[in-house]
Amino acid sequence: MVDIPDKDLLAPGHRGCAGCGASIAVKLALNALGENTVAISATGCLEVMTTPYPESSWEVPFIHVAFENSGAVASGVESALRIQGKDDVNVVAFGGDGGTVDIGLQSLSGAMERGHNMLYICYDNEAYMNTGIQRSGATPYGASTTTSPNGTASFGEDKPKKNMPMIMAAHGIPYVATASIAYPEDYVNKVKKAAETKGAAYIHLQQPCTTGWGYPSEKTIEMGRLAVETGSWILYEIVDGKFEITYRPEERKPVKEYLAPQKRFRHLDEEHIEKIQKYVDAECKELGL
Amino acid sequence: MVSIGCVIKNPGNSRNNKTGSWRTFKPILDKEKCIDCDNCILFCPDGSVNKQHDIDYDYCKGCGICANECPSDAIEMVKE
Amino acid sequence: MVKEVMTSNKAVAEAVRLAKPQVIPVYPITPQTTISEYLAQYVADEKIDAKYVKVESEHSAISAAVGASGAGVRVFTATSSQGLMLMHEILFAAAGMRVPIVLADANRAISAPLNIWNDQQDSIAQRDAGWLQIYVENAQEALDTTLMAYKIAENPNVLLPTMVCLDGFILTHTVEPVEIPDQESVDKFLPPYVPEHAFLDPKQPMSIGNFADPNYYTEARHDMDVAMTNSIEVIQKTCDEFAEIFERKYGLVEAYKTEDAEIIFVAMGSLCSTIRVIVDQLREKGEKVGLLKIRAYRPFPVEAINEAVANCEKIAVIDKNFSFGIGGALYADMKVKIDKEIYGFIAGLGGRDIIPEYIIEAYEKTKAPENDVTWLGLKEE
Repeated sequence: MVDIPDKDLLAPGHRGCAGCGASIAVKLALNALGENTVAISATGCLEVMTTPYPESSWEVPFIHVAFENSGAVASGVESALRIQGKDDVNVVAFGGDGGTVDIGLQSLSGAMERGHNMLYICYDNEAYMNTGIQRSGATPYGASTTTSPNGTASFGEDKPKKNMPMIMAAHGIPYVATASIAYPEDYVNKVKKAAETKGAAYIHLQQPCTTGWGYPSEKTIEMGRLAVETGSWILYEIVDGKFEITYRPEERKPVKEYLAPQKRFRHLDEEHIEKIQKYVDAECKELGL
Repeated sequence: MVSIGCVIKNPGNSRNNKTGSWRTFKPILDKEKCIDCDNCILFCPDGSVNKQHDIDYDYCKGCGICANECPSDAIEMVKE
Repeated sequence: MVKEVMTSNKAVAEAVRLAKPQVIPVYPITPQTTISEYLAQYVADEKIDAKYVKVESEHSAISAAVGASGAGVRVFTATSSQGLMLMHEILFAAAGMRVPIVLADANRAISAPLNIWNDQQDSIAQRDAGWLQIYVENAQEALDTTLMAYKIAENPNVLLPTMVCLDGFILTHTVEPVEIPDQESVDKFLPPYVPEHAFLDPKQPMSIGNFADPNYYTEARHDMDVAMTNSIEVIQKTCDEFAEIFERKYGLVEAYKTEDAEIIFVAMGSLCSTIRVIVDQLREKGEKVGLLKIRAYRPFPVEAINEAVANCEKIAVIDKNFSFGIGGALYADMKVKIDKEIYGFIAGLGGRDIIPEYIIEAYEKTKAPENDVTWLGLKEE
């Protein structure tokens, strides 16, 4: 069970879309971390929708500087807190997939490699949503975005997504996990575990996006669940180098069930769907799902 | 007049922004059917369901996640 | 007070040690590198109680600096040339967020062609970032100015980051005798940084670095302009306080034999030492010439400049930077703000020595002008 606080640390009134998955992601994380937390955000949907001056939704101290540097900003914040003896304060940085796997990768890599005692959560909605659904390095194979559009000579994004959690694991940090907002207990446990970890921790969180993926707003959690139940998104953690699956679907559903309700995949023919199914099968096999 | 560096010293004040006005469909909870699973609380993007499962229509944007995720069909979306 | 022979980079590092910043994110780059090395050693030897953040780029150096300063501690970073260019975006953010970071820039030319030697194009390119910029002439001034920079930047009427600009190699790698103040006097001069406008404390949450729409952005930027204007008085006051304790006098500008001068050179940084010698030589020949050294380039100290140039006929500005189609940046600013006959000279780009003949040429060409802007020492074959 997930503890329900009396008051959310991400206040309502924010400008997230109806059905916004990023809001769920941050709300659950902050509630798990508690008030003794400082949050950092990269530029993106999250930052824009939660801090339109003079209003902020952050009930914990919050800082944003730019798009590509939240790892470094968090490094500075963490260093400043620790030198003042504030060792018990949680430092959590949030970045979207663009701000994490693309433009913010160097900054994050530096922060992780230096081993700052912090948690970085990538809320991955698989494209640049704030600027209007452009492809990122985390956009999956076959997805049509405004910069990897489906067309007469294109079936959408032609490369599978960058394997960011494994890139983070390769840094040798003590805690890496994947998570999904559709599995709050699993996610919240991981956030708590990451916070208790001494050193750098990274959570790669899948966060369906109603606007960018093209499904009705009520299906945000349903999409997340389908991703996991089809094996398109695998929930695991790597603690001190030890890999473990944290959730196993009873029976893996065909990937088509996950793709079909989403506008970004609607153009795909059977051949491409089959190819995606093979990708997913291979990934599941590799990770032992 | 803005604060130095546009720092916000009373955060949480986004509560001044009543996003309930965005809504076209309204969730109605039948508490008799409610099994206290808390899905509607956990999955609400707008923190609009409290511990007693009361829905705060000041902020509810009417996304319908609560109704979709309710295992006992206790929430119905009705047109405003 | 101890007197030692050292480079300007060492002098800056000594000032940083005395100023006691708590977070030092810094990335090596020629010719700043020895600053990063000295500070790493000071931290390793517990001469500074600070977190030295071994960042992976200058972009992360300044980003971590903003994070740490935003969290409420005193911060130092240093860079040069390409590194400062990589920081460019975040320099604006730092100023807009009003975090009083102090940064030492070892002035170096910008690529291409790649060049590691001195000019001032790097910091000039950051002119409009909202940072105070103070240019120093020698190692003692580098040390003293770094100390003063904290007091100025952290003044509640300023709260803008401050850049101490020192000429690469000419200052950073040449040694001079420097008086090192004692810690007690520095503590008296520079109390600990106590932020009120912005800090990150779970006991008192605030949001920093927010998004501002057209209703607020203009006022936020205007406030920075007001703060920059305020800094003129704060710099002068800080220099006066510094002189009282340490008996070395500085100001926004430094005038040399300007009172009766008909022609006044205007320049920034180490070049002023050379010009001063030429002024003396020309004076011996009966020429009425003087030098106005600009220390504070941002804020641009119009009143102090006007006071110094009040009696002259003409001004010769020598810039170690260039704006295409305009001339040097200092020349352009002087033309806009100072009502005098002004000529611009470009010299010393990419480490080309500014020899006495060039300065005499500038003097002659101000007396008998041919062009508004002249490149000195240009090879014409």
